[in-house]
Amino acid sequence: MRASLFITCYNDTLFPETGRAVVRLLERLGVELDFHPKQTCCGQMHANTGFRGEAFCQAKRFVRMYQETDVVVIPSSSCVAMIRDQYPGLFEELGNEELRRQLATLLPRVFELSEFLVDKIGVEDVGAYFPHRVTYHASCHGLRAIHLGDRPWRLMEKVRGMEQVPLPNLDRCCGFGGTFSVKNAEVSSAMLGVKLQDVMSTRAEFCTALDNSCLMHLGGAMHRQYAGMRTIHLAEILASTETEPAEALR
Amino acid sequence: MSHTGYHPVLDPALAPPFPKAVLPVLRNPQLRKNVAHAIDVIQAKRARLVTEKADWQELRTSGAAIRDHALANLGTYLEQFEDRCTAAGGTVHWAADAAEARRIILSILKQESASEVIKIKTMTSAEIQLNPFLEAAGVKAYETDLAEIILQLGNEEPSHIVVPALHVNRSQVRDIFAQSMGLQNLSDDPKALTAAARSYLRKKFLTVPTAISGANFLVAETGAVAVVESEGNGRMCLTLPRTMITLAGIEKVIPRFQDLEVMLQVLARSATGERMNPYTSIWSGVTPGDGPQHFHVVLLDNGRSSILAKKTERQTLRCIRCAACMNSCPVYRQTGGHAYGSVYPGPIGAILTPQLMQMNHAQSLPYASSLCGACYEVCPVKINIPEVLLELRSQVVNQERRHPTKFFDPMYLGMRAANLAFSQAWLFHAAQFFGRMGLKLFTGRDGWIHHLPSLGGKWTQTRDLRGLPKQPFHTWWAARQKETK
Repeated sequence: MRASLFITCYNDTLFPETGRAVVRLLERLGVELDFHPKQTCCGQMHANTGFRGEAFCQAKRFVRMYQETDVVVIPSSSCVAMIRDQYPGLFEELGNEELRRQLATLLPRVFELSEFLVDKIGVEDVGAYFPHRVTYHASCHGLRAIHLGDRPWRLMEKVRGMEQVPLPNLDRCCGFGGTFSVKNAEVSSAMLGVKLQDVMSTRAEFCTALDNSCLMHLGGAMHRQYAGMRTIHLAEILASTETEPAEALR
Repeated sequence: MSHTGYHPVLDPALAPPFPKAVLPVLRNPQLRKNVAHAIDVIQAKRARLVTEKADWQELRTSGAAIRDHALANLGTYLEQFEDRCTAAGGTVHWAADAAEARRIILSILKQESASEVIKIKTMTSAEIQLNPFLEAAGVKAYETDLAEIILQLGNEEPSHIVVPALHVNRSQVRDIFAQSMGLQNLSDDPKALTAAARSYLRKKFLTVPTAISGANFLVAETGAVAVVESEGNGRMCLTLPRTMITLAGIEKVIPRFQDLEVMLQVLARSATGERMNPYTSIWSGVTPGDGPQHFHVVLLDNGRSSILAKKTERQTLRCIRCAACMNSCPVYRQTGGHAYGSVYPGPIGAILTPQLMQMNHAQSLPYASSLCGACYEVCPVKINIPEVLLELRSQVVNQERRHPTKFFDPMYLGMRAANLAFSQAWLFHAAQFFGRMGLKLFTGRDGWIHHLPSLGGKWTQTRDLRGLPKQPFHTWWAARQKETK
């Protein structure tokens, strides 16, 4: 199977190890990966802050770029939510019929990573080995916008050696919210404090998620507080094997 | 000084922006504890009662459809309501804005020579700031809802639309009652507190002949007004007084009596986590020898018809004021209601208030959300609050970006620069390079950033940021492609 990786702007810049893990994981599963060298951003930051015209430019760029692509894989649930929930409205508002049609044919071919694994390839045991205690944070977009459901758990259950500890108040936001974290930094931090208490109560070694933006928020606080826990994208856990452990462990 | 430590401003025209208004609350552990405890209890009750309805999603769909149909034919149903209500002996008044509604209510009270009035809990009267207006005109308004009494006697402001005194705990209620009722030995036992409120109220019920209510629903088909409550004080106001004035937003109308079947089910479960609210009063006009003999309805627009005119925003008017959105909101859970600077707090307040203000005030409210979507998930009439928040955010940006002072605002500069960078891959890659160079200055030996200037400082005030890695993903990929070729 061929698939094209849309890494997203912040993973490219801040979390290249997640991208490398996606490549290792998918190639191990026999997927032939492409990477469009001109990709940048899906437009989520602009759209969620109210810069709709700018978001439209990014959305248009994305749809034009991936029009001919069979399958697009994105290791970020909030970017997938942006594309699915907001692109149609943006194109409709700006009255671009052609883009709307192109989007309609593209959308069924856009997959979040866990969707791609479970629904498209039909695999739950990806051959991963990760002998650690881990708790999973179901990011709001993964949970309520694109409804990932039990896919992440089905994947995690098959990871050998891993102990998965349920996170209390799983459906509660970590307080990141994109520019919310700086526009309302104090409230965001108060929300983060509450979330961190729940996360730390699991006494896990790692907190994982399918969205590095929440993990950047949680991980930033863990580092500030010298907490005995780290964050890791689920792709890095799934890519990890006995012979090639996750980069975070090396 | 109030009993909860500070006095908030609930007038959107005067209130400080949300990020400023939250600060006294975030520094008030007692208040935050009161709020979080109260909404956790309500939310758990709601969740339990919703799961026992197998057809909950269908009920939500019906609720949304009934409200949408009423809104799409609002003129027709309001006129039908007016006809039926008038035929039943009521008098219907139309108020374009808050000032007109206040004038109408005062003139009715003047006709009745009233110097006092008792009130059933109504958020709409708080929206038009009725009590201070009446007070200035020489009419003393007495709240009869227990929570509203607490607020009135304690000189507090509402922080929630269903449980307005949720930020006040039991011992604070005791202090308020002890002081205002002169009961020095009052205990904080709930029974003792309700007994104190009851004897305070009984006098008002027996002596004040004029009452004001809000409305949960106006039934077009029968000209009826429906009010739901938990305490029975509303029932008293509907039984003893000679005159009743109902103030209702124009969006409260529903077409048929039968529509209450759906609306009352979703309202009680969403609002208080009950299968049915304890008291449901439905009355049409005037019945000789039974209840108030003079009945007025004041239909309030106050910005609602301009919301109705807008495609995305229109759904805001479906709201039945159940407060499930604020009970589920992780932002509200930290801040409570006062920081919203409006009588309508929480997610619904964040979309309703700026719209009622015609986007002239409360522009910080659409940003008072992390867009987590919990509100949309629980809304019994399926208001897509995140969608409306985004629409309003884009209106705020369109207002602000033309403003010369915003041109060099770091947020606007950053957004414009990011847009340019995202337009071309080489610009994006150059921005990554220079960004990494710039951030190097702030990156510690451990590879992490602990302090940033300007907007970045908002991040680093509570969080570290990992320093930018040397090699972005796309560079790694390109190098790898070269190797394999």
